[in-house]
Amino acid sequence: MIHSFTKFKEKLMNYFFLLVATTSISILAMITLFLFKEGLPIFEKVGIKAFIFGNYWYPTADPAHFGIFPLIIGSVSVTLISALISIPLGVMTAIYLSEIASSRLREIVKPVVELLASLPSVVIGFFGMVIVAPFLQDHFNIATGLNMFNAAIMLAFMSIPTICTISEDALYSVPASLKEASLALGATSFETIVKVTLPAALSGISTAIILGLSRAIGETMVVLMVAGGAAMVPGSIFDPVRPLPGSIAAEMAEAPYRGDHYYALFAIGIVLFIFTFCFNIIADYLSNKYRQTGDATL
Amino acid sequence: MIHQKRKIAIMAAIMSVIGATISFAGNIVIKGSTTVLPIAQKVSEEYMKLYPEVKISLSGGGSGNGMKAIIDGSTDIANSSRFIKDSEVKLALEKGRYPVPFAVAYDCIVPVVHPSNPVKDLTLSQLKAIYKGEVTNWSQVGGGDLKIVVISRDTSSGTYEVWEEKVMSKENVYPGALLQASNGAVHQAVSKNKNAIGYIGLGYLDASVKALTVGNVQGTPESTLDGSFPISRPLYMFTEKWPAGDVANFLNFIIHPEKGQKMIKEIGFVPLY
Repeated sequence: MIHSFTKFKEKLMNYFFLLVATTSISILAMITLFLFKEGLPIFEKVGIKAFIFGNYWYPTADPAHFGIFPLIIGSVSVTLISALISIPLGVMTAIYLSEIASSRLREIVKPVVELLASLPSVVIGFFGMVIVAPFLQDHFNIATGLNMFNAAIMLAFMSIPTICTISEDALYSVPASLKEASLALGATSFETIVKVTLPAALSGISTAIILGLSRAIGETMVVLMVAGGAAMVPGSIFDPVRPLPGSIAAEMAEAPYRGDHYYALFAIGIVLFIFTFCFNIIADYLSNKYRQTGDATL
Repeated sequence: MIHQKRKIAIMAAIMSVIGATISFAGNIVIKGSTTVLPIAQKVSEEYMKLYPEVKISLSGGGSGNGMKAIIDGSTDIANSSRFIKDSEVKLALEKGRYPVPFAVAYDCIVPVVHPSNPVKDLTLSQLKAIYKGEVTNWSQVGGGDLKIVVISRDTSSGTYEVWEEKVMSKENVYPGALLQASNGAVHQAVSKNKNAIGYIGLGYLDASVKALTVGNVQGTPESTLDGSFPISRPLYMFTEKWPAGDVANFLNFIIHPEKGQKMIKEIGFVPLY
């Protein structure tokens, strides 16, 4: 009797956890389904090629133009420039924290870096708009401080904590025996870091970078506030751009329900989804490919 | 297999509970223009506080959709940022409906620049040339030798709609224009940039930006009401027949100088009087 009750309890727990596990998956599946259902109808009006490579985004004009090429370029270029800032800063901070800093300093600096991640994006956006934009205007003599460069700096702020924390974990988990062996062979600690620790932690660092970038490309509030929002292909890094998430956020509220504009915004969502999906697949692939499985594999 | 089915059944049951929508029995249905939406929203909220027994269901969709809803009888009130078209009147009459217009507020959009900008006045055609990207330097319109930074609104906003209609005469703003998502954001961007020009609702003007006169007419509630300021328009609510009951009560509330009209002023539109 008691035995069967225990068994029943066991089974109940099984079901409970199955339910919990499948809830998030099924919600994700439903969101994906919804995204495609609401986005695909636009391709009956506009060809996929004209949508992706079209140069003009005038969704409410008559006749309407649904070309998102400038928006894609905006998103990609902002993300790339922010990567140029955030990758060196994030990875080098991680190296410093895990390999060089004293444990006491590490205890202080690491939480501070992580705190950066907890800043709401609207605060970062506001900072970019009110402090950084006028600064850029005054000191670089450019027409507007609301531009690609400003947005890239703000996005870098947001992805540095991700890149730093995950890289630091990866570096930290490199077996001590590897480093000790390298030092014992007469390598300096700089050589050890560059030639032994970094390669061993490469998979973790790559994952960190990709996750940091996917955060940057999907970020909405910051780019909406500081990227300027001009739907044209930028000629310099000080030109305003209009990344994909910014367009969705700015226009969705007033797009007529199930009108062409509405479908087009969801189609932009699909494009973004594909971007981040690819990033995640790359991250997954990298973390499996260069995985340090034991002391002997290096 | 059976287990699998049972799991699916459990999932389905849970989902149906989550998915069960809250039904919303509306005594007054309002549809139409997104420009009028903030007015309708604000006034409805206050109205429902006073008359909790009246439920107002509110949706956007644009002036055209509002008119369509009036014609097919699926709404009590249609919000519209334009007057009804002849073709729409005809369709409504065919269905035995007699649309009645009520002007509820005016929309007045004022071009603004940085306070340090010496330019005081621009004509409509100068504004259009600037927003088409044809005039790119302030010296071309009587200002200093500075590049013009054009700030516009997202194309689906009602403010942009007025601008497009009254200034651009339905032509597109050039793609290089910066785009901000709200009156507040345009205000912020203009107040921080001495090269910038933007446009905002009359209610958002303050000392940190400089309002331009358009063809020497200053944008004020008075110049809006007497029609001399060109970038303005009346906003309407249409009913499908002469209003009665809750609908009449609601319209009286919105037109009342101490009630609805006061709220309209608060959210940045020009009240009727």
